[in-house]
Amino acid sequence: MDFDLSEDQRLLQDSISRLLGDKYGFENRKAYLKTAEGWSAEMWAAYAELGLLGLPFAEAEGGFGGGPEETMLVAEQMGRHITLEPWFTTVVLGGGFLRHGASAAQRAAVVPKLAEGKLKLAFAHTERQSRYDLFDVATTAKKDGAGWVLDGAKGMVIHGDSADMFVVTARTAGGQRDKSGIGVFLVDAKAAGVAVKGFATVDGQRAAQVTFSGVKLGADAVLGDADGGLPLVDRVVDEAIAALAAEAVGAMEAAHLMTLDYLKTRQQFGRTIGSFQALQHRSADMMVALEQARSMAFFGTMSAQDSDPVARRKNMAAVKVQIGRSARFVGQQTVQLHGGIAMTMEYAAGHYFKRLTANDGSFGDADHWVRVLAESGGLVAAA
Amino acid sequence: MDLRWTDEEKAFREEVRAFINTNLPTETRERMKMGKSPTKAQVVQWQQILNKRGWAAPEWPKEHGGPGWTTAQRYIFREELMLAPAPSPLGFNINMCGPVIIAFGNAEQKARFLPRMLNLDDWWCQGFSEPGAGSDLAGLKTRAVKEGDFWVVNGQKTWTTLAQHADWIFLLVRTDPNAKKQEGISFLLVDMKTPGITVRPIITIEGGHEVNEVFFDDVKVPAENLVGTENRGWDCAKYLLGNERFGQARVGASRERIARLKKIAAETYDGGKPLTQDIGFMTKVTEIEVELQALEMTVMRVIATAMKNPGSNKPDPTTSVLKIKGTEIQQGVSEMLMKAAGPYAWVDGDPDMEGGSDQVVAEDPDIAPDWAFGLAGVYFNWRKQSIYGGSNEIQRNIMAKAFLGL
Repeated sequence: MDFDLSEDQRLLQDSISRLLGDKYGFENRKAYLKTAEGWSAEMWAAYAELGLLGLPFAEAEGGFGGGPEETMLVAEQMGRHITLEPWFTTVVLGGGFLRHGASAAQRAAVVPKLAEGKLKLAFAHTERQSRYDLFDVATTAKKDGAGWVLDGAKGMVIHGDSADMFVVTARTAGGQRDKSGIGVFLVDAKAAGVAVKGFATVDGQRAAQVTFSGVKLGADAVLGDADGGLPLVDRVVDEAIAALAAEAVGAMEAAHLMTLDYLKTRQQFGRTIGSFQALQHRSADMMVALEQARSMAFFGTMSAQDSDPVARRKNMAAVKVQIGRSARFVGQQTVQLHGGIAMTMEYAAGHYFKRLTANDGSFGDADHWVRVLAESGGLVAAA
Repeated sequence: MDLRWTDEEKAFREEVRAFINTNLPTETRERMKMGKSPTKAQVVQWQQILNKRGWAAPEWPKEHGGPGWTTAQRYIFREELMLAPAPSPLGFNINMCGPVIIAFGNAEQKARFLPRMLNLDDWWCQGFSEPGAGSDLAGLKTRAVKEGDFWVVNGQKTWTTLAQHADWIFLLVRTDPNAKKQEGISFLLVDMKTPGITVRPIITIEGGHEVNEVFFDDVKVPAENLVGTENRGWDCAKYLLGNERFGQARVGASRERIARLKKIAAETYDGGKPLTQDIGFMTKVTEIEVELQALEMTVMRVIATAMKNPGSNKPDPTTSVLKIKGTEIQQGVSEMLMKAAGPYAWVDGDPDMEGGSDQVVAEDPDIAPDWAFGLAGVYFNWRKQSIYGGSNEIQRNIMAKAFLGL
């Protein structure tokens, strides 16, 4: 049991922390939000230079050679500054599909460009009826000679408007809610028949509605088993949950510290409001929620590596529940303890609250996962 | 960063588990499996078995009879005891008074008291709280006045846990009434057989006899029974209270009770189906399981920090987190166990069914299933957990002042 960072990990953490500290103050973030992309191309290039875009890929393939702990460290820093760039969608989600589902040839075609910052990915899975069920897929991929034809619509594709390629789940066989017969496809955003409608999300990110109308795909577009793609999706999403947990911890910590600062400076009734016990206890409860979340982010990073998919899924469900509960509490109380100032668009607190709320909703909120976990027998076996 | 147990630690766990399986008396395990506290005789018997193996005091240094374990080993050992379930080494001896004597006592006191503490030849109890000094412990008024070679003690202690079993009591007494309140306190060891001591039971709401009032009326205590420096007893008290980093987390105990709860839920029907298929019920249980998993990782982090800085007594904010969450979880599980029993939870009775309690109904399988007896009693009794050991509100005060800078 060792929670210490290695020398390399500390260097990585220091360099991101320095970069974001210098270039991702809240005022910088406001400026990045106002650009056409809704995020900073300059920062994207800086991430590439630091190795954050090639982070999880093997060095031999042009990557940084980082593992789950490195992803956790970077995600936490991104959370502290509620960054806007498509790092999570490209590197964690897209990268996860490439690492676990792509052939060496498929990776060779994409990873070097991705690591250099010249290619962005987005994961298109949500459909109007699917809510959080990743296996609920109506989009179809029909065999067409050696290749495929893709038809359907995907919603809430995070950073879909800037993606160069989509990772798309599509049904190759069976009914809409069958767990088999799902394929995972790599689709060029500029392919004929792909339509992308971009929009902003509540937490300052971008997203897109993406429709596929008779999109022709080559035989090499499929990642792994064309009829058995769900285990790949689950595995990648479990890793993504670990990264989301770390990101939430970073955001919670920043929100908690910001709140403490405010309690120590804001004066009412002739003294700092942090001298009132009601507010002190609420802050202590925020700290409890944060520490429990931090513990579960570690647990998530550890569990996402588990090769047993059933145990892994239960543990990641638990991570999602704790992170979601803590994020909700810390986010709401950040606003409450600040008072009116946190209700304003110009102040940072509300933006952390919004990001934490959206983080909980990503890939299923705490209520969803507590039900899934309860239905699967929970974490502790009966005596 | 490596977030897993080492192979050595896993092997150690197996060794402990095997020892418990071979040596824990069956009646003790069976009684505890039903959710009851072990009897005095069972606690003594088990601690003597552990002592023979050299395991009676996991946290003590080797020179005083400890096993010389790492923090991780101590934690694993205690976890395995809770999971068995087996009695833990008596806290008053091993985690409260013993460490104070080791840290502050003189050579004679160590030689005289420590071996008997290890072997539970003496059962100790704690004389800290008073009717007027609860959360504000330093407000205590029990007086000790020096007269020749004796301290003469007058006053009253309360909430004295298991004083009815005790041979000795360790006391905080006021030795300088004119000093600032923390500065006139001393730490005294008192033989419970000394004339002038009266123990009066307090029966708690579930009917059990666990706590007592202890009265001191001109009790003469030999001067050599003072530990450390006169008027510096608050140092001993702070050391004692800060000594246990993860004592209140009790992850293993909660896990054992959740496992039992699930067995009961599988055999209990509501709406024509087992409670394990009742999504409302199971969601509440699952919420607790998640918090428990997070708590276990928090404990691991505390262990890792402690192992990196052995000997450091620096206060750690997570200790308060462990107290707050650990007790909330234990209380939550006790409530779900009671709820699982449905109407059969309402048979009155002390869960421990020990002599001296106020219990009304004897355990009788004609009245209720055997597993249901005492579940409500435990629920009522365990409301104490968020009150004792520095109430959960005091823990929040500590966090706000010491760590949040408010």
